[in-house]
Amino acid sequence: MSETINLKLKVWRQKNTSAKGRFEIYDMPGVSTHMSFLEMMDVLNDKLIRGGQEPVAFDHDCREGICGMCSMFINGRAHGPLRGTTACQLHMRHFQDGETITIEPWRANAFPVIRDLVVDRSAFDKIIQAGGFVSVNTGNAPDANSIPVEKHKAEESFDAAACIGCGACVASCKNSSAMLFLSAKVSQLALLPQGDPERKVRVLKMVQAHDEAGFGSCTNIGACEAKCPKNISIAHIARLNKEYLRASLARD
Amino acid sequence: MIHALKMFYTTVGRKMIMALTGLFLVTFLIEHLYGNLLLYKLDGGVAFNEYSEFLVSSLFIRVVEIALFAGFLIHIIDGIYLTLYNRRARKIRYEVEHVSGLGTWFSRNMGLTGAVIFFFLVVHLKSFFVPYRIFHTDTSLAYEVASAFRSNWYAALYVVSMVILGSHLNHGFQSAFHSLGFNNIKYMKPMKTLGTLFALIMMIGFASFPIMFYFDIFGVGTDILGH
Ligand code: HEM
Ligand code: SF4
Ligand code: FES
Repeated sequence: MSETINLKLKVWRQKNTSAKGRFEIYDMPGVSTHMSFLEMMDVLNDKLIRGGQEPVAFDHDCREGICGMCSMFINGRAHGPLRGTTACQLHMRHFQDGETITIEPWRANAFPVIRDLVVDRSAFDKIIQAGGFVSVNTGNAPDANSIPVEKHKAEESFDAAACIGCGACVASCKNSSAMLFLSAKVSQLALLPQGDPERKVRVLKMVQAHDEAGFGSCTNIGACEAKCPKNISIAHIARLNKEYLRASLARD
Repeated sequence: MIHALKMFYTTVGRKMIMALTGLFLVTFLIEHLYGNLLLYKLDGGVAFNEYSEFLVSSLFIRVVEIALFAGFLIHIIDGIYLTLYNRRARKIRYEVEHVSGLGTWFSRNMGLTGAVIFFFLVVHLKSFFVPYRIFHTDTSLAYEVASAFRSNWYAALYVVSMVILGSHLNHGFQSAFHSLGFNNIKYMKPMKTLGTLFALIMMIGFASFPIMFYFDIFGVGTDILGH
């Protein structure tokens, strides 16, 4: 495999939320196959700045697949062609010489474009604020392991806690539903004794916040799970549904 | 009670309505298949006709019938509502979108397969239910069925519709349990297999009638029609 490839990038450009966006085509000759996708974007932006043009705005932070900031719909897939990968962890060796790569922002009414590839994901914050927390008493720190948690529950809860809030689930969902994100938090806390005090209120409030943000309804397709960089299972959505049913039927 | 009913306004609750009504329609399908199998008794259609006369005359069945129509109506209205609601949640669509491998074709096309089933239902009710149940025609229902399936296009319409019904159920059956929270990591794969198995049984079961009567296999058609 050659060390460099020549690419054409078709990138969504949009000045601000209300502006009408359009695709721009950029030639990218000699892209190193060792670069990450974001490094390739850096090279593009460097070229644009030197040419006196506006760089492409895109979200990024950790660049090691743990913060969830990078959000790009690459060639028709959230975070690009691979499974279990964020855009920052995607490398250029997965692309062919001469390929045109289309790069779009996440598309969902609940995620309005701020600029170019940057979308506003504060709807996720609102969902978490509605109930994605536990009450902890102040005072002395409790003894370690004073609250026993069964191993399989701890593990399943931890799997759900791996969510980095990237929004790829929403971006990939035919219904723009945030059910995988929402269920990851509800399921994580429902599995632990620490989550018990707010258990009922949490699920009701979080579902309400989800709906108010304008996300769609889940139809159990599973595209979210397939494109989630943390491979979070839609089994958590089943648990969310159960939690919701229980909380709704409760007398208080 | 009011508090509990409020749950049906949310995206999660709306989906549960789909699941509850869908599973209710599934029980009807099972019963319907059982009734149809009486056509294979080779008794000149006697058992099937007796059964259908019982359905028309029973008061209990009148009540069930109302529930059934309500079930269909709610399922269809909520289905259309959710399909449109979900479509509108993404006003600006992607320029390039590759969905292969991201969930099944069946799961992405529930609205489409549902619409085909609806079209089929209209034709189906018009040929059998309306004349027999509303106007009480003189010919026996077994006779009507056996002669209807001698028509090319009619038999073909039925077979195609049953394949579509199978597609709807292939996703719908397991999805309904998922929506109601009766699923977990361990059961997910077996539930999918069970759903496919159920969909295949329903598809093959119902599609067998137009095929058996069209080709007069085992003389099922001659047995009823006499020719
Ligand atoms: C005998 C007839 C039918 C049966 C047994 C049936 C069964 C089901 C089941 C079990 C589900 C799954 C519910 C869930 O995922 O929670 C479902 C979903 C659905 N059905 Fe039906 N259905 C039938 C007819 C129809 C008709 C006539 C329509 C529309 C005109 C329709 C439209 C839909 C839609 C839009 C969904 C939702 C898809 C989704 O949420 O993934 N169905 N159906
Ligand atoms: S569930 Fe997965 S895809 Fe969705 S926000 Fe969390 S990490 Fe991203
Ligand atoms: S930049 Fe942090 S996950 Fe990609």
